[in-house]
Formats: sequence, structure tokens, C-alpha cells
Amino acid sequence: MAVGIEHYIMVAATLFVIGIFGLFLNRKNVIVILMSIELILLSANISFVSFSSFNGDLTGQIFTLFVLTVAAAEAAIGLAILVVFFRNRGTIDVEDVNVMKG
Amino acid sequence: MTVAVFAFYVFALVTIGSGLMVTFSRNPVHAVLWLISAFVGATGLFVLLGAEFIAMLLLIVYVGAVAVLFLFVVMMLDVDFAALKGEMARAMPLALLIGVVLLMQIGIAFGSWRVSSGASISNPTPTDIDNARAIGLLIYDRYIYLFQAAGLVLLVAMIGAILLTLRHRTGIKRQNVLHQMWRDPAQTIEMKDIKPGQGL
Repeated sequence: MAVGIEHYIMVAATLFVIGIFGLFLNRKNVIVILMSIELILLSANISFVSFSSFNGDLTGQIFTLFVLTVAAAEAAIGLAILVVFFRNRGTIDVEDVNVMKG
Repeated sequence: MTVAVFAFYVFALVTIGSGLMVTFSRNPVHAVLWLISAFVGATGLFVLLGAEFIAMLLLIVYVGAVAVLFLFVVMMLDVDFAALKGEMARAMPLALLIGVVLLMQIGIAFGSWRVSSGASISNPTPTDIDNARAIGLLIYDRYIYLFQAAGLVLLVAMIGAILLTLRHRTGIKRQNVLHQMWRDPAQTIEMKDIKPGQGL
């Protein structure tokens, strides 16, 4: 039994659902929410690379490079915002983010 | 069961299990370590798929940079994580429901999925050169503007992160180089005539 593209897509889909699941499960903890977003981006990368590999098209791997870039930038900016927020408020609870409430 | 099939199942199980542990662990430091494990599993999957360059890049960028950044932030913030985890049990049914529904939707979509007959391959994978060389030829030739744009994204992210977290505390003695250079002996040195045996 050879491993086909379906197996890889199934892994990617499961990882994506785990990421969404983590978003809803840890609604208060911004750090775990950021980690769940990283999982979702990783599942997108697995999809891209598996389609690229099985179709013999290198474009998917190029796109993965850009997804990786954006993920790194997003993590850096998100964690910087988190550090500033913690410095100002002393907590990282999402429900405390209501300063701009009208 | 050949070695490749066995390796696929091992890496897939590592990736998915670590992903689950990221969402479930109570200690965020453990969550970051599980995230690293998930990335390593995905790296194995990429190597099995023949994308060695992306695999090594994932290891360097994610494990070496992003996960360590997460680890630093988790360790630096003195947060009471037990309080944040308190209502995890309450959120569980909703999260499970959304997860199962989403998984079923993806399954239905995948069941009716097929490659369009008009689909064509835009950048066929070369067979005579290795993976890193093929990707290099593509990004430095055909996708050079996108590559530059990716560099710009990283530059903006770096400047933004520095600008956001930089702060000048008051009440701290700092070195002022210009001030040091502008000191001149006429203003800072005073000649005293001290008698022997008396002191100042």
C-alpha cells in the first residue's frame, strides 16, 4: 500500500481542524491562540507541498516559502504586541482587551 | 509495509499528536515544546515528499526562530496561566462541535474533489537538478519581485517589532556619546592649590 496524496491531505486537514479547535478551546490565552495560528499555517504548508510533489509542479513549494515568511513576520509582530500589552495591563487575557470600546 | 510508508505514519502521528498536545497542555512552555515537535514531524513529511529545501527551511525558521521567540516571550511574561486555563472545560463542547463540523465539511469537500481537465502545470519539477537548485532558479528568475516583496515584509516586521517593544526608561544613567565628546578641559577641570599636610 503506497502513501498517496489523500494521506497527506488528511494530515493537513486534521492539523487545520486542530488549529481551529485550539482557537476556540483557549479563547483567553493569546499565546496559545498564536500557536494555533502557526499550526493552521503549517497545515496549509503541508497541503501546498503535497500537491506540489504529487503533481510535479514546483509552484507550491515557492508559495510555501512566502507562507513561511508571512508566518514569521506575523509571529514577531503578534508577540511584540503581546509584550507591549502585558507591559501596559499586566495580563494577557483576551477579555481585557477592551480599551477601544466606544 | 515499506520503510517509507512506516516513516509517513510515524511522522504524521507525531505531527497530529503534537498539534493536539499544543492545544491541550496547561503549561504554555510545554505547548511551545509540543509545537516544536509538530514542526519536526512536518519536516519529516516534507522530506518524504521530496521537498528537502522547504523541510530544512521549516526546521531553521520555525524551530530555530519562531518557536524560540515564543519560548522567550512565554518565559519573560510573568502570567498566571492557571487562571487563563480555568474555563477550558467550559469551552470544550463548543470547540469539539466546531471541530467535528469543520472536519466533516472538509471530508465532504474532499469526497467530491477532482482535478479539473483544463489544469496545467506552470513550473514543472526538473528531474536532472536537485530540489534546492530548482527552487533557487525559480525564485531568483521568475519570482524575483515576489522574493523582494517577502524581504520587504520581513523588514517591516522587524522594524515594527523593534518600534513596538522599545522603551526608554526614565531614571537610568545612559551613555551620551555626544555629551562625552563635547566635554572640554576648561569647563571640567579645576586647579586647586593644596598646601602640604592640610588636604583639601
